[in-house]
Amino acid sequence: MTVLTRSPYPAQYRLRKSLRRALDYLVMILLAAFFLFPIIFMLVSSIKNNETQVMSDMSSLYAFVPRGDVGLKNYFDVFAAMPFGHFLFNSVFIVGLTVGGGLVVNSLIAYALARLRFRGRSLVLGVVVALIIIPFEAVAVPLLLVVNRFGWLDSYHVQIIPFIADAFSIFLFYQFFISIPKDLEEAALIDGASLFQIYRTIILPLSRPVFATVAILQFLTHWGDFLWPLMVTRGEEFRPLPVAMQQFFSMDPKMWGDIMAFAAMITLPVLILFLLFQKWFVQSVATSGVKG
Amino acid sequence: MTEMTEFSPPARTLSRRQSEARMAWLFSAPALFLLVVFLIIPFIMAFWFSFTDQRLVPNLNLPTQFVGLRNFVRLAQDETFRRAIFNNFYFVLIVVPLQTSLALLLALLINQKIKGVNLFRAAYFSPVVVTMVVVSVIWTFLYNPGEGMINQFIHTLSLGRLGPYDWLESTTLAFPSIMLLSIWQGVGFQMVIYLAGLQDIPEQLYEAAQIDGANNVQQFFYVTLPQLRNTTIFVVLATTILAFKLFTQVWVMQGPSGHPQGSTMTTIVYVVSKGFKQGKIGYASAMTVVFFLIVLAVSMLQRTFLQEERAVD
Repeated sequence: MTVLTRSPYPAQYRLRKSLRRALDYLVMILLAAFFLFPIIFMLVSSIKNNETQVMSDMSSLYAFVPRGDVGLKNYFDVFAAMPFGHFLFNSVFIVGLTVGGGLVVNSLIAYALARLRFRGRSLVLGVVVALIIIPFEAVAVPLLLVVNRFGWLDSYHVQIIPFIADAFSIFLFYQFFISIPKDLEEAALIDGASLFQIYRTIILPLSRPVFATVAILQFLTHWGDFLWPLMVTRGEEFRPLPVAMQQFFSMDPKMWGDIMAFAAMITLPVLILFLLFQKWFVQSVATSGVKG
Repeated sequence: MTEMTEFSPPARTLSRRQSEARMAWLFSAPALFLLVVFLIIPFIMAFWFSFTDQRLVPNLNLPTQFVGLRNFVRLAQDETFRRAIFNNFYFVLIVVPLQTSLALLLALLINQKIKGVNLFRAAYFSPVVVTMVVVSVIWTFLYNPGEGMINQFIHTLSLGRLGPYDWLESTTLAFPSIMLLSIWQGVGFQMVIYLAGLQDIPEQLYEAAQIDGANNVQQFFYVTLPQLRNTTIFVVLATTILAFKLFTQVWVMQGPSGHPQGSTMTTIVYVVSKGFKQGKIGYASAMTVVFFLIVLAVSMLQRTFLQEERAVD
């Protein structure tokens, strides 16, 4: 910067710089349009009460303008056609318990691996790290057979229990815990605190960032889970939102206004959460890139 | 009590060691148990089943038999499977370079110290929080044949010369259409990883390059890109693995048979069709094994490249 202000042609330079900036903004705005237009299209279509208008507007810029008969009719249609509230409850319940249970179980083993001395520690750590590369898709089919034999099909627990323990979450916790200085824990040990007390009163309060990271990453993964619930839920009782969305989508005749209302109701809560906690979301995703 | 233990140091350390080990196993037990039952055992079963004719619903008249390599021999001759594997590689070939360079471009743009950058970052990232089923539904509407928005857009841009296309019904266009929405949804994630990589580059490197008279383009090629080497390896290989997992978009938009005429079939879609829809666990497991070996090879590639880097350092 300081080097550049000594330029012999300050006026010309400034002009070039502001032109460049304008070009940057133009590119950034065009890209923003590319990433936002489908979402805006979904939201705007969902509040157009008249299905013929949704269809006739879709081929022009009117697709992005809430015009004509605007209201929440499509949303009421969704509730009339399907127990949407129940699907929403299923998704929140399943994802909540999976993420919550995962925070406890995965952080506990990571704490043991990071801090406690026991025989087999490095073996367990090695196995956990190796397990990270096994994708769920590689075990889905035999797992289906296992839960079928357990008699678990069509239940909440079949969608929760297999996903609580997660090797990558353990790894993220482990990495964070080994970076915490040991002094505090040593002082607490001398004071006679138990290991669980140390975990609860020292490690937990210091580790809020990694808990947030793991919670956000796991939430993003499981909120959209489709393959597994598709295989293990038959009826509506235990069906989560993504499978319900697909079923609603495949019904004929397609009422696009209603479909978009359904889609908007799945998307809006997460979108709002993201906008409120943008910094946390971005930080979590950035952290997921450190493995390797 | 403390006085007692102080007088017998050896016993104290021993018992403390033991209790520490006991606590460690107690803390580890829940996660280890779940990982063994729901990940390690099914994983081993996949290998075992791939050599049998295991079915989802057992048939008492036809007990499960060991069939040797029969499943793999059939796979090699299975047109649909070959198409599925081909499609996954096709997807990698197109999507990985496009998505990686777009992610880098986005990261470079929002890494500038200019006003409103956070808004743009939010805009680029927001598709990541839209669930893939929803993404598939919205884009099916956008790809509407005839008067659909994308057709209209291309029609207008080409001054009426191009279109309309029947995106999801054409054997040549359907799979690229799925590629486009996959990039749209996924690129924000990689952008953030690149952004973290960019922010890790020491400012002094750029200052040194400027003193040497390097312009912006030269700085990008001689400072930024080499410094992002590890990030790029990570992004490329993570995207490759994601490409091999391709499932939801195809299933929602084109169904279990990879409509039209199997042109959008992928490995995992075929695994689920065979294993879940038809109950052929043995055959599906053989595909799973092939799928896993590919993912493993990609991960090994990543390790090798990264280790090379460390050796150079």
